[in-house]
Amino acid sequence: MLIEKLKARFGDEILSAQDARDELTITIERERAYDFFRALRDEADFEFNFLTDITAVDWLERKPRFDIVYQLNSLTRGHRLRVKIGVEGPEPWVNSVVGVWGAADWLERECFDMFGVIFKGHPDLRRILMYDSFEGYPLRKDYHYNKRQPIVAEIDPVVNPIRSSR
Amino acid sequence: MALPARWKNKIVPSDPSDEIMELQMGPSHPASHGTIKFNLKLDGERIVDCDVEVGYLHRGFEKMCEQGTWTQCFPYTDRLNYASPCINNVGFALAVERLLAVETTERCKYVRLIMSEVARIADHLTCLGMASSEVGATTVAFYMLEAREFLYDLIESVTGARLTVTWCRVGGMTHDLPADFQDRMKASFARLDQVLTDCDKLLSRNRVFIDRMAGVGKLAKEEAISYGLTGPLLRAAGVSYDVRKAHPYLVYDRMEFEVPVGDRGDNYDRFNVRFQEMYQSKRIIEQALAALPEGPVTITDPKVVLPEKEKVYNSIEGLMNHFKLIMEGIHVPAGEVYQAVEGANGELGFYVVSDGSGRPYRVRVRPPCFLGMGALNKMLIGRMIPDIITTFGMINMIGGECDR
Repeated sequence: MLIEKLKARFGDEILSAQDARDELTITIERERAYDFFRALRDEADFEFNFLTDITAVDWLERKPRFDIVYQLNSLTRGHRLRVKIGVEGPEPWVNSVVGVWGAADWLERECFDMFGVIFKGHPDLRRILMYDSFEGYPLRKDYHYNKRQPIVAEIDPVVNPIRSSR
Repeated sequence: MALPARWKNKIVPSDPSDEIMELQMGPSHPASHGTIKFNLKLDGERIVDCDVEVGYLHRGFEKMCEQGTWTQCFPYTDRLNYASPCINNVGFALAVERLLAVETTERCKYVRLIMSEVARIADHLTCLGMASSEVGATTVAFYMLEAREFLYDLIESVTGARLTVTWCRVGGMTHDLPADFQDRMKASFARLDQVLTDCDKLLSRNRVFIDRMAGVGKLAKEEAISYGLTGPLLRAAGVSYDVRKAHPYLVYDRMEFEVPVGDRGDNYDRFNVRFQEMYQSKRIIEQALAALPEGPVTITDPKVVLPEKEKVYNSIEGLMNHFKLIMEGIHVPAGEVYQAVEGANGELGFYVVSDGSGRPYRVRVRPPCFLGMGALNKMLIGRMIPDIITTFGMINMIGGECDR
């Protein structure tokens, strides 16, 4: 079983593991997360070659406040895994996994945009769905859903030349 | 021609080959159906760099879902991928039902499956029709949009709406199939067949079309996997991954169908994969209709499903039941679920978190075309401006889903 293999391989790196509703969830420490994900992708027992999603959940009252949630999938072995990292606000951070999966590029940007999670080592961490001058992080629980912000003035492209992709 | 002597010092000689032009294409460009901006750096007409800006259609889907009850999320899900809203409805309903540990009726599963596939064909028709018109094949666009109308008529006969169907509920659906659905479907499919045959003849071996599509927007298999592409984009690159086969939901494991796969990973393969998928969807619908069991489409658990109107108007228990479900919402046990369905553009995932109250604590959508847009600049760098249009068309970005 996947969960036994994970425990045998990673031991105490896995803080907790649970199997609920046919879905396996593990929680890991953020300090060793990058190597952990690399191993999950490369090692023959796991082969998580596909990053499905990165998102966060804001548990306003809880410590640590945020869960960063990674949904992994193995196209070759057909199993899924959810990995969580608990991080504390107001400036939560984790290491970027862009070097492991290309999909992390935009997913991490969105997570940063919506929750203000800093992905250290991301090559180009900037807002993606909201505009640059937007203040705050809309999906945090302390951002009121009805809050209004002014529409920004148009930016003169001559004064501010357009961006590069990297 | 020699220049006059007095101009000699006034003209700065420039080498056009090292001049990079910056061009902002969009956000409202007639050839890109969808509000999107490309920040281009061009060497002549060749793309040196392309920064894709999305978010123009961001309406705070995930935030708004947290404000209402679980049932109130259904209208929002319609507005994700508005070309195939039935699939979004089904995906969200399945996610909540798994959290509730509720099993829907057999008939419900079949009906959901049938409607998902009808929506998939409609979505592919929209995508291919629009993409064809952008490369000059306007005839195909009109044929395909006409065929889509037949399918919208079908959808309307079941859900009462053509686009924003809001037809699934937790535990079932608002409507069963109409009694004459089989006949309607036969009539629609007969006409659809004709359209598909015609469009196949018009496009598949058309020199102009092939020249515009083949070899354009290529992405290798490993890159496609790394960038998280799913659906026709991934399958065109030669990976046979389909949620319906890999992680079957509803009753897809009882259906016989093939997963069309390409090998070059270019736009022509993407076009072909989509085209073949429509035939496969038809196959699935015909099988499902043949095996469609009788019975109710909605379960009768009073904690999940609204009571019948008869009871609401005539008994205090029914009235209270109705009131509680509307005002407080369905009490979904605390927990989390990731439910993936095969949307028309790829893996559409709903990650829902409940804290045990009547409202969703967090609803996250994994949008397939968002990831596709993330890989777009890899497909475009080194290509020409006209290739943006075909590649963008084949990603089939749906603003509602990409920007949420």
